[in-house]
Amino acid sequence: SGGFRKRKHDNFPHGQRREEKENVNPPSALMTSFKSFQLELDTRHDKYERLVKLSRDITIESKRTIFLLHRFTSAPNGEEILNESEVKLDAVRRKIKQVAQELIGEDMYQFHRAISPGLQEYVEAVSFQYFIKTRSLISVEEINKQLIFTAEDREETTNMTSNSHDKQPHTWSLKVTPVDYLLGVADLTGELMRLCISSVGNGDIDTPFELSQFLRQIYDGFTFIGNTGPYEVSKKLYTLKQSLAKVENACYTLKVRGSEIPKHMLADVFSTKTELIDQEEGLP
Amino acid sequence: MSVSEMFAALQGALGQDQDIREEIRKVVQALEQTAREILTLLQGVHQGPGFQHIPKKCQKAREHFGTVRTQMESLKTKFPADQYYRFHEHWRFVLQRLVFLAAFVVYLESETLVTREAVAEILGIEADRERGFHLDIEDYLSGILTLASELARLAVNSVTAGDYSRPLRISTFINELDSGFRLLNLKNDSLRKRYDGLKYDVKKIEEVVYDLSIRGLNKEATVGVSGEK
Repeated sequence: SGGFRKRKHDNFPHGQRREEKENVNPPSALMTSFKSFQLELDTRHDKYERLVKLSRDITIESKRTIFLLHRFTSAPNGEEILNESEVKLDAVRRKIKQVAQELIGEDMYQFHRAISPGLQEYVEAVSFQYFIKTRSLISVEEINKQLIFTAEDREETTNMTSNSHDKQPHTWSLKVTPVDYLLGVADLTGELMRLCISSVGNGDIDTPFELSQFLRQIYDGFTFIGNTGPYEVSKKLYTLKQSLAKVENACYTLKVRGSEIPKHMLADVFSTKTELIDQEEGLP
Repeated sequence: MSVSEMFAALQGALGQDQDIREEIRKVVQALEQTAREILTLLQGVHQGPGFQHIPKKCQKAREHFGTVRTQMESLKTKFPADQYYRFHEHWRFVLQRLVFLAAFVVYLESETLVTREAVAEILGIEADRERGFHLDIEDYLSGILTLASELARLAVNSVTAGDYSRPLRISTFINELDSGFRLLNLKNDSLRKRYDGLKYDVKKIEEVVYDLSIRGLNKEATVGVSGEK
């Protein structure tokens, strides 16, 4: 078989022989470029993974903030809870700052899929807090205003941006896209529905009506957008409708039976209803 | 700002977005048309007489790439330059196809792998993200993988056409390409799936080379493609 192999080898065009055996060391142009591709792809994947991790942290912290804010209505120390939520959101924003730093000089949309879930959750948390404070909807501009970061300590930033612009003031920002905002607001309505039901449980009969009005405005807004937006937005519209129906039914029950039932017993009337709603929520 | 005003503003933004996408789709359709024409042209090399006309076909294909360049020029004007990846999905497929076609032409001409820079130049775009509309590395690699399966097919057909030396050269080329791809750490995405197909192309070509060697047909391959026994 040795003879055969030799013959086969001879038949390869000269200069283009297999470079697997002795010619490994001087790499061909093709191998050199693939080595650089390896580097480029690895760098890109690493960055993506770091962003996914940050996004998860943002999601978790935002969820915790929302849980905290749900305690707002039931607890007497409202001011304290709001302050605590502000601290938590600041922590989330620090994470978002890290995201923004990762994205310096990058095309944000290239990594959008990695960070989108976190940003949506953040929008949900921040808009929930804003609603509790002001009883109105936070705008995208308002959210984005809070996501403009300036450098606090010099050393950190000179490392980050030394290559591009050194003399300029060190600010960078992350913009929540309209779609992320919309999806976050759609999730917010679910939280508001829960807030409505629990506030009834606490004997608060004004909040539900306020909430139903607010939710209706948002619902109208979403129907106005309709299918102009991407698929995910129209998908959320269905859940939104359900949330709205629950709140409207709660208001209806309050109106009809509120006059009959003594205030201190309202909680009992709704406790059965809440259970029902929670069960429904458990479904996908 | 009231809720309805906010949503009206958002709707406006989304509407603009849709307009941009519509514009992009139109240009991409034209690009797809050109790509099909080039493909049809190059498919000719698989037929018997096509092997003699390879240089001519390549030249014609190069002329078509002129059209591609003007269409790319127009695509660039359809969206803000810094939002490449926002609309990437729209032209991803056609760009991969064009990379393949360019790589095929270059291979037929010089039997080398086209570099990323060279493809970018043929298509009239940039190789670097910093400098404008660019060729994404994954799209480049996908296009190259398509080239590999095309070459596996070419190896088979060149034997049928009596060209016994070509499969050997293709084999060398594909083997090097394969070891190149082995260097990459791919994620579990579409590129990885396409890469998984490369081994079948390698196998196919090796079979062709084996068939030729076992019959001693590769002997005359070095002499010439005259075809006489």
